[in-house]
Amino acid sequence: MPTRHRALAILALLTGASLGSVLLALAVGSIHIPVGDVFNALFGGEGSLSGDVVAHLRLPRALAGFACGGLLALSGALLQVLLRNPLADPYILGISGGAGVGAILAILLGLGVAGINGASFFGALAAMVVVFGLAHGDGSWTQTRLLLTGVIVAAGCGAMVALILSIAPDHKLHGMLFWLMGDLSQATSPKLVLGVLVAVLFVAMPFARELNLLARGPDMAQALGVQVGSLRRGVYIVASLATAAAVTQAGSIGFIGLIVPHLVRLAVGNDQRLLLPASALAGGSLLVVADTLARSLIAPQQLPVGVLTALIGVPVFLFLLARDSRLRR
Amino acid sequence: MTTPPPLLQTRRLAVSIGQRNFCRDLDLSLHAGERLAILGRNGAGKSTLLSVLAGLRAPQHGEVLLKGAGYTELGPRKSALIRGWLPQSRGDAFASTVLETALVGRHPHLDRWGWESAKDAQIVRRALAAVDLAEFEQRDIQTLSGGERQRLAIATLLAQQPELFLLDEPVAYLDLKHQIAMLELFAGAARDCGAAVAMVLHEPALAWRYCDRVLLVHGDGATECGPVREMLTADKLSALYDYPMLALERDGQLCLIPQ
Repeated sequence: MPTRHRALAILALLTGASLGSVLLALAVGSIHIPVGDVFNALFGGEGSLSGDVVAHLRLPRALAGFACGGLLALSGALLQVLLRNPLADPYILGISGGAGVGAILAILLGLGVAGINGASFFGALAAMVVVFGLAHGDGSWTQTRLLLTGVIVAAGCGAMVALILSIAPDHKLHGMLFWLMGDLSQATSPKLVLGVLVAVLFVAMPFARELNLLARGPDMAQALGVQVGSLRRGVYIVASLATAAAVTQAGSIGFIGLIVPHLVRLAVGNDQRLLLPASALAGGSLLVVADTLARSLIAPQQLPVGVLTALIGVPVFLFLLARDSRLRR
Repeated sequence: MTTPPPLLQTRRLAVSIGQRNFCRDLDLSLHAGERLAILGRNGAGKSTLLSVLAGLRAPQHGEVLLKGAGYTELGPRKSALIRGWLPQSRGDAFASTVLETALVGRHPHLDRWGWESAKDAQIVRRALAAVDLAEFEQRDIQTLSGGERQRLAIATLLAQQPELFLLDEPVAYLDLKHQIAMLELFAGAARDCGAAVAMVLHEPALAWRYCDRVLLVHGDGATECGPVREMLTADKLSALYDYPMLALERDGQLCLIPQ
């Protein structure tokens, strides 16, 4: 029996975990900074080297990472409901493919960070419009059709990325690969993504119970009083924009959007009123922790965080699948 | 005093998919306490007609009115407080407990930020008990048998507490005992709570026993509607199912035997 009380308790717990993950990210790295100094740097301390590292390097990166992780997990949770497919993730409908083509093209043309971000956001929007337009073409709008359209557009984008990679000069390949694997080292302005995360939650939460119904089937949802058509369009647009914002900031970081909603669902159930905010918090924390590992495991060299999330994600997912099928028997 | 408008009314309703016409110029009205059976061959358009009646699909022509108002006028939420719909098939993509699933039926009664209250839980538990699923509350729906899922869908519908029940094969997957139990449940809702019931059935004998009127859907656009005794005759049913039938009546019950 879902209750508001239980939901709030779980969210409070996850908020604590989120703060803990950010604190960890501020303390750990190529130079270790004691927690006491971290607090000093955050609240008043000026001038010291460790203070600068915390305030100008680690904090923006941790917050941007948190926002991206939260957006990806949220978008994954929304798309799993929209497509009624537990295997859906934020990239399944080609958003990251479009963003990838834009970003790689920008890197090939030698544009700066702003240019790359702009191009990848434009690519993501273009993919979103194309998929939506094609899937919506004749007015009928089935999950299968949307899914197939998205998968095909993603495949097309993948081919274009491969084409650009194969003709790109060697010195640009490194940057391109890091972008494709997902990387937070360029993420220095967290305000925008944090704002998008808050806005997406704000827009999605009033519809959370209707999403519960949509997950049980569109006809069922409509019979129980949900305006299915507009809800689906809204979910598609919100989830796509969330993905586009995250991908623009951090490249295509894999597995957060697939794994986190699953983990949360297994832990707290499939009530979207709890699942959506819990996924956002858990996804944010997980990405912050993974990014901390990515920049400290073989410091001073940095790993792309997407590699780490995948390395953590694959075994966790396989474990969950195996456990799930055993429980069913 | 004016009589209240019927719970369900259709005016010159035409339903078709592509080139196939399932019904045309159908005028039907269903008042509180009435029970209608919809019979026809496979693919004759019974389920399509029912989903048009439920407002899930737009008719080709004509209109469907709930208590005198159309679905677009009412909006989905108000409609859901009046009519409930039992789908023929369902698939569950995600794990969920039986209790959570049945609680979904309370959705139209809650406001946007509302959570299910103890009263809602009580209504749902009563509904689960009515379909013999009281012990199943915490079971995962993906472990239920076909018949148990069907009863859970009926419990969800009961939890919705609509005034008009539109049932697509309510006795599918059910064993004999539960077939009778579920039909008794809806007959009781019509008798005691003033609900109206329209159900797609494949067993004319059950229509005879549990309904007042029958709508025969011939599949070529022609429909016939009338009292049970006039519609459920060997001649009409033989024509409907395109197979010779023998009707036997005994102790007020009807038995139909394919020859």
